[in-house]
Amino acid sequence: MRVYHFSEEPYPDVWSPDRPTLRVTLPNELCVPQRANELYHRYIDEWMLADELGFDIMLNEHHSTATCLTASANLLLAILARVTKRARLLVLGVPVCNRQDPVRIAEEMAMVDVISGGRLEFGMIKGVPYEIAPANSQPTRMMDRFWEAHDLIVKAMTTHNGAFNFEGEFFHHRTVNIWPRPWQQPHPPIWSSTSTPSNAREIGLRGYVVGSFMGGIEETIKLHKAYAEGYREGGYGSDVPVDRFGYLAMCATAEDEGEARRRADLIADYLRTNAQVADPFNKPPGYFSVDAAFRSMRSPNPAAFRTLYTPKGRPVELSTASLDDFIECGIAFAGTPEQVYNQICAFVDGIGGLGNLLLMGQGGHMNHAQTVDSLKLMGKHVLPKLKARYPEDMKFAKAA
Amino acid sequence: MTSAKTEGLDTFDIHGTEVQAFVGGQGPNVVYLHSALWVGDDTTFVRELAKQARVIAPLHPGIGAGKDANKTGSVDDLAYLYLDLIEHLKLRDVTLVGASFGGWIAAEMAVRNCNALSKLVLVDALGIKVGARDHRDIVDFFGTPDKDLRAMSFAEPANAGGDLRSLGDDDLRTRLRARETLARYGWQPYMHNPRLRLRLHRINVPTLVLWGDRDGIARPDYGRAYADLIPGAQFELVNNAGHLAHIEHAEQLASRIHTFAHNR
Repeated sequence: MRVYHFSEEPYPDVWSPDRPTLRVTLPNELCVPQRANELYHRYIDEWMLADELGFDIMLNEHHSTATCLTASANLLLAILARVTKRARLLVLGVPVCNRQDPVRIAEEMAMVDVISGGRLEFGMIKGVPYEIAPANSQPTRMMDRFWEAHDLIVKAMTTHNGAFNFEGEFFHHRTVNIWPRPWQQPHPPIWSSTSTPSNAREIGLRGYVVGSFMGGIEETIKLHKAYAEGYREGGYGSDVPVDRFGYLAMCATAEDEGEARRRADLIADYLRTNAQVADPFNKPPGYFSVDAAFRSMRSPNPAAFRTLYTPKGRPVELSTASLDDFIECGIAFAGTPEQVYNQICAFVDGIGGLGNLLLMGQGGHMNHAQTVDSLKLMGKHVLPKLKARYPEDMKFAKAA
Repeated sequence: MTSAKTEGLDTFDIHGTEVQAFVGGQGPNVVYLHSALWVGDDTTFVRELAKQARVIAPLHPGIGAGKDANKTGSVDDLAYLYLDLIEHLKLRDVTLVGASFGGWIAAEMAVRNCNALSKLVLVDALGIKVGARDHRDIVDFFGTPDKDLRAMSFAEPANAGGDLRSLGDDDLRTRLRARETLARYGWQPYMHNPRLRLRLHRINVPTLVLWGDRDGIARPDYGRAYADLIPGAQFELVNNAGHLAHIEHAEQLASRIHTFAHNR
């Protein structure tokens, strides 16, 4: 099992439940550049520590928001490619529908792959709804654009005998010929993320790695099954390697259980602030199908961020849930190192196998000392046991 | 080409694209192109038009239940589609009326070919850029809360009807489809074609530009600039009307349009 450390590089100083929005239209006069400078350096230090402790590294990006200072994951990747030594560098992901030029993505990813000596894990994602406005991205037919961008990126990464041209429905290039070419052949491992079984199946059909985010055990079991179906149908074999599946949860530990829970509660503000988006930016036209938009309008609480269910069937609204709700759902692992280890094992065994555990080990107001302590305890007491219990060449458990 | 009647709408196959349209009334030909939001709220206006004219009012592909809506991806496509519809129906001496987004399509049709047209009426029409590059001529339909859009679209809040959640299931689905369709055609450049204003000189039929005096989506000055770019166009305000003047004052607008259309 690979265990990744993830942070959104939050700027939590201006977070407040009273603000109607933390995203898209929050004036950047609230961002003090000197403070942002401190935070960037601090988060990079934490990733460097994670590298030393045996973690791998995960990044993402968001725009026009105080919840995430990583406006370009590619830039941060470039820094980490240089300053880290051994960790896999997972970007999950590059929002390929919101970028004007897929070839530029291929170039930058190849550059990171080469600088890092082949440590890139390359996630291509659709991006969340409120990224549409900052990117000024066309919200209709996004997935058609996604797959065309994907095809062009993969072709750019894998074509080595000179320039080719590309005249698609959305993207046009006269002469595609990227330098450098990627270190990893034929290309870095490709990931994508989803929260729906139909997309998990689609990713499985292509044999790519699927990243599922904070769906809790009940939702993740469905994605796991759908991915395995797609993978088998794609002809990659009946045994699905666990390294094809990733799951993101929040995680904090401490010697003292109370302190660990306080830390996890700070991280959980990540989910609690997720619903703080000015309304029209949450539901761009065409981003959701008409049926999905209709169901959302007809739901009792259309402003709700996301509702999940505990294994006992109790609904949990993520923007208002308690830490115990999150732990019960399998969205947070929190407690002493032993408690965290047991919670993780219950989750991994419950879904039937997991090769990539993506842990949000820093979030919100969780400070540097708390983050370092939590990471060190994980590195010392939890990672070795997880790696021993879940070898990297494991396969998905057979359905009962 | 074939046509069939479903749910009060006629269906036409225009070179492989299915177009649904209301066809009704007796008299001179009026082709009416609807605004994209508040679709369906203009039935009174259409009924008033049909009292003195034969009205053909297509539902823009993507909003209706028509198949293959993806065949049209731009206002350019829609302009040719409706010119083809006029040809298919062998219409002559058409008074072409377009409101808001429909006004944009009407202007794009007229700059391409006025042969079948006798008059053009634009009601709070979108489609051109007149202000500075960092000035928003047209309020962002997709970045503005629904309640604010209603206030900008209607001079009297009572005319705006309830919020989206108060709509019946079919109307809500239609409204959501309309929002998505509007984004497909007008996301970027936002609700305009930078080339259109350079072509408006080609319109060679008498043109009336009607504008709600309290249009909060595109201000009357925008309408005046629009009219100034069309040779000989008349500009007239509609008192106490927002962006959707034809919905807010259906009877008055239909009457003013008929007076203009019949005054040869």
